[in-house]
Amino acid sequence: MEDNRILHHPILGDVPERKQITIYFEGEPVKAYEGEPIAAALMAAGIKAFRKTVNLDEPRGIFCAIGRCTDCMMVVNGIPNVRTCVTFVEDGMQLQRQYGFSAAKEAEDR
Amino acid sequence: MKKMVTEIAIIGAGPAGLCAAIEASRLGAHVTLIDENAFPGGQLFKQIHKFFGSREHMAGTRGYEIGQMLLKELESTDADVMLGSVAYGIFDNNEIGIMRGTEHIALKADKIIIAAGGKENYMPFPGSTLPGVMGAGAAQTMINVNRVLPGKNVLMLGSGNVGLIVSYQLMQAGANVKALVEAAPNIGGYGVHAGKIRRAGVPILVGHTITEVYGDGHVEGAVIAALDEKWNPIPGSERAVAVDTVCLAVGLNPMTELAWMAGCEFTFIPALGGHVPMHNENMETTKQGIYVAGDITGVEEASSAMEEGKLAGIAAAAALGHLDAITAEGRKQEVRDRVNALRTGLFGERRRMAKETQVRAMQEYMETRGERIDG
Repeated sequence: MEDNRILHHPILGDVPERKQITIYFEGEPVKAYEGEPIAAALMAAGIKAFRKTVNLDEPRGIFCAIGRCTDCMMVVNGIPNVRTCVTFVEDGMQLQRQYGFSAAKEAEDR
Repeated sequence: MKKMVTEIAIIGAGPAGLCAAIEASRLGAHVTLIDENAFPGGQLFKQIHKFFGSREHMAGTRGYEIGQMLLKELESTDADVMLGSVAYGIFDNNEIGIMRGTEHIALKADKIIIAAGGKENYMPFPGSTLPGVMGAGAAQTMINVNRVLPGKNVLMLGSGNVGLIVSYQLMQAGANVKALVEAAPNIGGYGVHAGKIRRAGVPILVGHTITEVYGDGHVEGAVIAALDEKWNPIPGSERAVAVDTVCLAVGLNPMTELAWMAGCEFTFIPALGGHVPMHNENMETTKQGIYVAGDITGVEEASSAMEEGKLAGIAAAAALGHLDAITAEGRKQEVRDRVNALRTGLFGERRRMAKETQVRAMQEYMETRGERIDG
């Protein structure tokens, strides 16, 4: 799996040690660290499309990363419209790409 | 609904809100500082560059270090801090509606300081919604706060200080910045920042823009083109650049929703980011008892946001009787002098004139309305 984490930094130094946990994106395990937002863990794993628009089926990803634009909303533990850039990971968290207002599977079922 | 009361409610715990809270608390006011995020500090912690100005503006200190200092100062006060709390509205009688998780709170305050900050502008072009196109500030948050690289090869649009600084910080984080594209004929930000990325070999293409971003499901490249003197793309000048990330550094705009809702009067000043609430020299708006500070009053830098926060904090505490009028005026004038010192030079002058226009708009409004505001 890709890991786009910045472990060493000329100004900020090394990443402090954090507890590694596992979150699940569309059922697949993704490595995450306690204290980081969901969007950071997904971006680190190379996942770019967080949701799809309901009318044109276009992918959307991170745009503002500070909880303003809502482009990164996903279905988190069954709850839609969660801003993943300002919501922190929890071990075992289930993440689904959001299609309109629901997860992919439910959207297909309709 | 839970009811709470406070003397001074401050919305937003970024540089302006933190400074307002520290000043007002130190003067003995009961302060409640509200922020929707899990941590205070606003956008200070992603700013890893050294600040400008003079020593009294903490110049030479990096943004996140200033953030740490402010949090330490805040801890030494009696201010109540409500995190994870969204202030969604300001109602009659200075009542603030707040959601903290599923808990609903009505906070009544004698004075309110809105320090909601700003947000990044967007620029539409074909492909601009593709994952991988993001605000420069978003990339900055990802690399400096979350320690994750949004991409390996980046194209930056916009050569203001944000575009220049974030380009350099992306390189510090290990990304390749392929080019910086600027539609205007000149670089927008400070020469010292531009010099750093030029020395690193990054071309700054003035008089250029992005005409299209392409890719299957995410960014795979961008088409850039030269612009004529009327800012139209010159046919035949287009070329493709292979990148996986496009950052937009095309300005910010003030987050004014709460001030609009509270009924504050606005004035339109493009140099400050658009519609901004009118305010007087104490940062008080046309709604008596409601103050503004920081980017909501017009987009500037964290340094001026901090000074405006101090000014609003002193003014609100003094209006409540925590400081006598003469001492208060002296203290406020010190801050005004410091913030004006930041608004000098080639770049600062334009902002200083814009801020004067803003204060004048307030004066004219109050004169025509035949009312006055007590500071």
